Order: sequence, then structure tokens, then C-alpha cells
Amino acid sequence: MSASTFALPATDTMSGHRLDFLLVTDMVEPGSRVLDVGCGDGALLSLLRDRKNVDGRGIEISREGVNACLAKGLPVIQGDADTDLADYPDDAFDYVILSQTIQATRQPRIVLEHLLRIGRRAIVSFPNFGHWRVRVDLALKGRMPVTENLPYSWYDTPNIHFCTIRDFVELCREVGAQMEKAVALNAGGKPMQVSLPWWVWNLLGDQGVFLLKRK
Amino acid sequence: MRFGADEPLMMDSGIALAPWQIAYQTYGTLNADRSNAVLICHALTGDQHVANDNPVTGKPGWWLTMVGPGKPVDTNRFFVICANVIGGCMGTTGPASTDPTTGQPYALNFPVVTIRDMVRAQGALIDRLGIETLFCVIGGSMGGMQVLQWAASYSHRVFAALPIATAARHSAQNIAFHEVGRQAVMADPDWRGGRYLLEGTRPSKGLAVARMGAHITYLSEVALHRKFGRNFQDRSAPTFSFDADFQIESYLRYQGISFVERFDANSYLYVTRAMDYFDLAAEHGGSLAKVFKGSATRFCVISFTSDWLFPTSDSRAIVHALNAAAASVGFVEVESDKGHDAFLLEEPEMFAATRGFIDAAARVRGIA
Repeated sequence: MSASTFALPATDTMSGHRLDFLLVTDMVEPGSRVLDVGCGDGALLSLLRDRKNVDGRGIEISREGVNACLAKGLPVIQGDADTDLADYPDDAFDYVILSQTIQATRQPRIVLEHLLRIGRRAIVSFPNFGHWRVRVDLALKGRMPVTENLPYSWYDTPNIHFCTIRDFVELCREVGAQMEKAVALNAGGKPMQVSLPWWVWNLLGDQGVFLLKRK
Repeated sequence: MRFGADEPLMMDSGIALAPWQIAYQTYGTLNADRSNAVLICHALTGDQHVANDNPVTGKPGWWLTMVGPGKPVDTNRFFVICANVIGGCMGTTGPASTDPTTGQPYALNFPVVTIRDMVRAQGALIDRLGIETLFCVIGGSMGGMQVLQWAASYSHRVFAALPIATAARHSAQNIAFHEVGRQAVMADPDWRGGRYLLEGTRPSKGLAVARMGAHITYLSEVALHRKFGRNFQDRSAPTFSFDADFQIESYLRYQGISFVERFDANSYLYVTRAMDYFDLAAEHGGSLAKVFKGSATRFCVISFTSDWLFPTSDSRAIVHALNAAAASVGFVEVESDKGHDAFLLEEPEMFAATRGFIDAAARVRGIA
């Protein structure tokens, strides 16, 4: 689940932090309680702790990731988003973050419902399968896209539930999630103009980042 | 450390044990702030000699992989304490100790011990040592039960807790194994209703059988197969007898015999019983989450994939409760085929998690 990124994440040249992480960090209120589902090596949790003074927790499927987090002093448990979110009580966190992970879950809809149940707000970021490069690959080559940024073949990829930005918006509607913020990041990791219509985001957006709230 | 008639140990059974004493070892130096004390809790048949040669067996300390200079529990940085449990037989008051009212060994007149009694006794020791808050309490198996009990009973005195390969309650299967062991001891005619010390006998055969049975539960099928397979012991064919033809038989017999040389049979009854009675949630209306509610302790829970005595599901139950209580918890399941005993062995992943957790906690605690 960790680091199964679709596009190589762009980083801020000044701080070295991933731009999508910085965007997520901006969405979080200081001092809040945060659960990062699929927290990898704890980079986002560390950032949230250092910049927003959050009380952060994590779930990570890989032992290497968990050990890296423990070494940073982050309380992270080894677990699986598909099976372990059910054990968390309602409203346990101010934010539950699912960063670059939803496409690797077996049941994205159920996972999303858990996020909205456990957290007062959910922040979900994911690679946009509607990006024009992906469409071109499929349209012209007739093959599932395999590129430098998308290195897996269809049969060995951990990313089993890709979606487009529009697909995700539809899922949010189905589970009754209210979109408080939606941002598309371009290939350079920069937020695209808010005024652009959905179809442009869906075509040119490399990633979608959504701040959601239970209705 | 001795506690006189005026300082009884108030036990769960309702008995005030006095006088009593607790045997312990320390390593490293207590800092000026008294903030760097680490308590190691030993397992069923362990003792206080965690990182020094054992005076009884002559063998090295039982957790030298974990505790020592430069080890994850670094004795250059931390003041490490390990005490023999109440009911034990390595210097702390137990059934082999002399009952002051009779002048004879307590034997079965010793009050039944619980994990909480063990922790109370350790608490009295820590008080005497002038330590208010323990930086960390660490232990595996029954030691892990004590860690959980410390965090439950003295939450404010435990900065960090590291329960390894353990459970918040002893399972029916584990109680069953313990009962087999106890029955083996009591079936030995030399046990004499527990009065063997008075009568000059030793229930060695019964205790050895108990140890043989228990030892199997500490291993795994894979580890047994790898180590012994169906290999013969110093022979090339079966002898058509009940001699120890197989290496595994010879190994278990050796484990049994060497155990009785160092362990008291009645202590085995008492300490196994303490584990059986352990059910942390029962003290709080069955809710483990309530046990840890409001706890400021930082937890790190570790389990092993091949441990079927204290399986990962037991550790996950602890983690879920800690999550539900909004406590700070890390958890890792270490991949190992060595069974329950893995926590005592060379397991780099366990060391990495332990080191990371302890170092991070030490930074927060301000320990150099």
C-alpha cells in the first residue's frame, strides 16, 4: 500500500517535501488528531507533527514502513486499510488521511465510508487515471499503461482500483460525502486553477486531493 | 530488598504477605533526574539475571540480545532494573520461602499470586529505589502481561510500555497447557502434596514432564522440523524400544532435566496460575479499552508470525483497545518461524522496532 504511487511525486525544491503532502498539510487545522492510513515511512505524519503540531497516528501495511515510523517516534501500527479500519470507533479523529492509497484497497467504497465514520473529515489523494497520458496509452497502444511513472504490469500491480477524478467525485456523491475542498495537481505537483471545469482537471490533473466531510 | 512486618504486600487473594523480599539486579546508572529507569519484566521461568551470568546455571543472562551496552535497551544510557517475581524461586519470596509463623517452607500455604501482585511488588521496589516514573517497562510473554498491568495500574508512572508476544488475557488453550503441566507435577509421588522440601524429596520427574510439554508450545512446527526433523539420536535406525531414538525426544528430555535443576516445582504451580488468572479487561467490566482510557503512556506492541501460544490476534486485541482509548500505540508483527521463543532470540526486526521506539521516546523524555 505504501509508496505505490502512480506518478513520481513532485517535491518542493526548497524544503524537499512532497508537494501533495504540503497541500494536505495546508488542509489540516493545527493541533488536531489525525490518522494517516497507509502512512508509508511517516513522511506526511512527521510533516504534520512538525508544522501543525498534530497528534498523529498511522496504519501501514509494510514492516519496513512501520519500523521507519517507530524510529521517528510516530505511533504507527501495522495493519491493512481493508480490514483494520472497522476496529476504530466513530469520530476518533479530526482528520483521517488516505494519501495515494485508495487505488490499492480492495474495497475503496467501504474504506471511504470508514474514513468518514472515524474522522470528522477525510482527506483523500489519488492518482488520476483520467489523465491524458493514460488515455493516450490505452487509446493508441490498446494496452494498459506501463511507463516510468506507472511501472507495474496489470497482473502485478498493487493498484487494483484506479479511478479518475470524475469517478471519485461520483463515489463521494454515492457515499454522501460533502466536498469541502477539491484540488487537482498537475504533473509538476502544482495546484491547477480552481476556475477550470471538471473535465479539464480530469484530463490534465495528475492527482486529485479532496477534503471531505460527512453530510 | 526486604520489607518488614509493617510493610506487607497486599495481595489480590486478600492476604497481607509479610515479611517479604524481592530479589533484583540493576545495570547502568540512574541519572540525576531519575528519569532513565527501565524495568524489565521476566517471563514464566525467567529471573532477574537479564544481562549477567546466572549464578545458578552459569549461563549468560537471558536477554543479552536486548539489554546491555549499545543494545536496544542500552545500559550506557538507561538504569535497567529486573526483579524476580513474587512467587518465584530466585530470591523473591515464594512457596519455597520460610513461613515465619511455622518456621517451615510455605509450600501450598503460600497465597495464590496474580500478575497484579507481581506488579505491586515491583512497585514497592521502585518506590524504595526512589523512582517515581519509569521511563519504560518492557517484557515478553508473562513479562508482557506485567507490562500491561503496570500500564493499567500505574499509568502515570509509566512513560513508555513495550509488551512483546503477550496477551491481555490468558486463553483457554494456554490455561489448558498450564493445567497439564501442573497435573504432571502433582502426579509425581515425590511432590508429597507440595511438602517435598520438608520431606526431603523432589518432584523432578513431574516437573520435567511439565517443562517438556510447555517447551513444545514455545516453538513452532517449522522450527522443530528444521532443527530436528525425524533425525535419530546417535543411531542410524530405530531401536524398537522407548529409548530416545529421535533427536527431538533427546532434546526435550534434556530440557526437562536441566529445568528441574534450576526451578522450584511449587513456584511453577504458582506462577503458571498467575498467568491463568490474568484477564486485564475483567477488572474493568470486560472492556479492555476502558483499562487504558486517558492513558498518557506511549505503547509499542510486538508479536511474531509463528507464535501460536500468544498469537498476533492477541496483540491486535491490545492494539485495538489502545486505539479505542485514544492511546499512543505502535505495533509491528515480526516475521519469524521460531514461535513464541522468538522474543528471546536474534530477531533483527524486533531489535529495530524496539530501538526506534525507545530512542524516540527517550528524545521526548529528554534522556541523553
